[in-house]
Amino acid sequence: MALPKYTETHYRIWHYFYLLICTAVFIFLIAPLFVIFPLSFNAEEFLVFSDGMKRLDPDAFSLRWYHDMVYGTKNPWGLAAKNSFIIAIFATLGSVLLGTVAALGLSSRHMPYKALIMAILISPMIVPLIISGVAIFFFIAKVGLAGTHLGIILSHIILGTPFVVITVTATLSGFDHSVTRAASSLGSDPVNTFMKITLPLILPGVISGGLFAFVTSFDEVVVVLFLAGLENTTIPIQMWTGLREQLSPTILAVATCLIVLSVLILVTAELLRRRSERLRGINS
Amino acid sequence: MSSETQKILTTDGIPLEESLKKAERKNKIKAFLLVSPLLLYLLITYIFPIGDMFLRSIDDKMVTKMLPKTFIAMEKWDGNELPEEEVFEAFYLDYKILVKEKTFGKLATQLNYEKNGFKSILKKLARKQKKFTEGNYKEQIMKVHKRWANVDYWRAIKRRAPNYTYSKYLKGVDMYEDENGKIVQVEESRRVHKKLWMRTLEIAFFVTVFCFLMAYPIAHLLATLPMKYSNLLMICVLLPFWTSLLVRTASWMILLQQQGIVNDFFVWIGLVADENRPEMMYNKTGTYVAMTQILLPFMVLPLYSVMKTISPSLMRAGKSLGGTPFVAFWKIYFPLTIPGIGAGCLLVFILAIGYYITPALVGGASGTLISNQIAYHMKSTLDWSFASAMGLMLLLGVLAIYWVYNKLVGIDNIKLG
Repeated sequence: MALPKYTETHYRIWHYFYLLICTAVFIFLIAPLFVIFPLSFNAEEFLVFSDGMKRLDPDAFSLRWYHDMVYGTKNPWGLAAKNSFIIAIFATLGSVLLGTVAALGLSSRHMPYKALIMAILISPMIVPLIISGVAIFFFIAKVGLAGTHLGIILSHIILGTPFVVITVTATLSGFDHSVTRAASSLGSDPVNTFMKITLPLILPGVISGGLFAFVTSFDEVVVVLFLAGLENTTIPIQMWTGLREQLSPTILAVATCLIVLSVLILVTAELLRRRSERLRGINS
Repeated sequence: MSSETQKILTTDGIPLEESLKKAERKNKIKAFLLVSPLLLYLLITYIFPIGDMFLRSIDDKMVTKMLPKTFIAMEKWDGNELPEEEVFEAFYLDYKILVKEKTFGKLATQLNYEKNGFKSILKKLARKQKKFTEGNYKEQIMKVHKRWANVDYWRAIKRRAPNYTYSKYLKGVDMYEDENGKIVQVEESRRVHKKLWMRTLEIAFFVTVFCFLMAYPIAHLLATLPMKYSNLLMICVLLPFWTSLLVRTASWMILLQQQGIVNDFFVWIGLVADENRPEMMYNKTGTYVAMTQILLPFMVLPLYSVMKTISPSLMRAGKSLGGTPFVAFWKIYFPLTIPGIGAGCLLVFILAIGYYITPALVGGASGTLISNQIAYHMKSTLDWSFASAMGLMLLLGVLAIYWVYNKLVGIDNIKLG
């Protein structure tokens, strides 16, 4: 953002000050993530940069903690990862299914009590998580599903659907309904129309809603803390216990893996967003 | 339209108006049917359980069910002096059953909430009552422990007679109903909850302010930079947004520890001496720093999406009409960003007020919030009715904020992402 030549000095100074502040804020935002990365390759047990690391001595780095993460007996990271993925995948499927169908209904201009129903559908997102956690726990415990995968999946569906509802209704807001009418007039039944016409068009919205639901479930710890038994420990639960007891470098190895995962998700989400904007013709 | 005018008919001979109404109704039902699976699911698994929380928080049937005869006998007792023999007898009979069923421990816990000292005398009574002889129970019970002859304890039992109570809500704001039924504050040294509420509000407020101060310049930069640079910088906002909360908290724990990088940096620039590195974690500072960074994206994104829509020519017009850049900014740009500011602040404040994980990890004792207290009662003391009461009070506060926001700015003006 170059300044025009005629800018007066004190505005020039102000401008550079502004850029300085912005830089500082960006560093504040992103730097913490980059601390984890090198420290997870630390050959020593301490969570500080050793002198060897500062000199970039290759002996100061090792994959020791990654080895411990995979083969270590103390931490059930393998079980936790398996549980996390199973729970997140099923919770995502459930959220996407329920959320997309509901969004289709909500986007119809015939929908009665739209505002009230929308408020109910997105309430799990706006109510503080701790309250949702308590309420969901009471329900899951009452039906006897506490300490089961199913119970956690059901509760994560509750937390995930608002994101799907929001992203899919947003995609549908730019949807041209004449194409589905055209399909019907050509003799297609509603299900066929949905599968062949509507779904492909709203797919970016559905997938990005699904990504949100996946991340919500994969990262969720408050509700799981109330519900999980020893067998359904998840990655966030293991990290939570680890961080409470003692910060070990193995946790940093896990954290690095999670950051890599979030980079992948971010890239996917961005690609989808751009594709959906292009389809909706909001291209810049 | 006069009645003689012929109604327009469809090809089936039905008036068009009716036919249209029918079609509309059909569409309405169709739309509703599509929404209904999710609506039902949420009602059953989420909305009703919140109602259940309310019932739990006021429910006080446990003691009522445990001492049915006692409370019937107590109905006639005015509560001024020690109750008559019949109350003692009823209490003995009720208690005998509880001892036999081995559930008297629960009663002890419940009554101990009401008045300290119940646990030991109930335990003693459980042991001694086996040798009781028939008749004159008043004397026999009073002989077990001198507290049984204290009318305060009997009043405490009587207070638990109703099926419903609002005592948990009073406890949530450090108040209770005393022996005379007056609502009073607990003694000053034991007012923990009020302090927690105030701290929660304070931290949520300042985190919102910090987030706003930091997010405004970078959102402005992101919105005014050419696309290819802003996309790159946007990653700095989005990557933390998508990264696990625990990962971000862990990184702050590493940065803020006493031998951590932030302290190293302070020592290096000579701000603090190496020997007395400040404690930046396990206190309020840790909570502030970590929560601000974690919630910052939630402020940047709504601000950015509003700023993106503001045409740069407006500022140029303001300047060309003689305003200095500052005046142009303050009079033109800033007012246009208010919907974004409102949405961002609302989002961050609401998220901050219910925060649990980060304060629990980096907050220590002085940096924990009301949600930590709720979780504590859910998991450790198992006083679920109290946890429910506190949760609902928090929920009420959040809904009040939404309501005020809706009055001031309008909830429809919220723009996310």
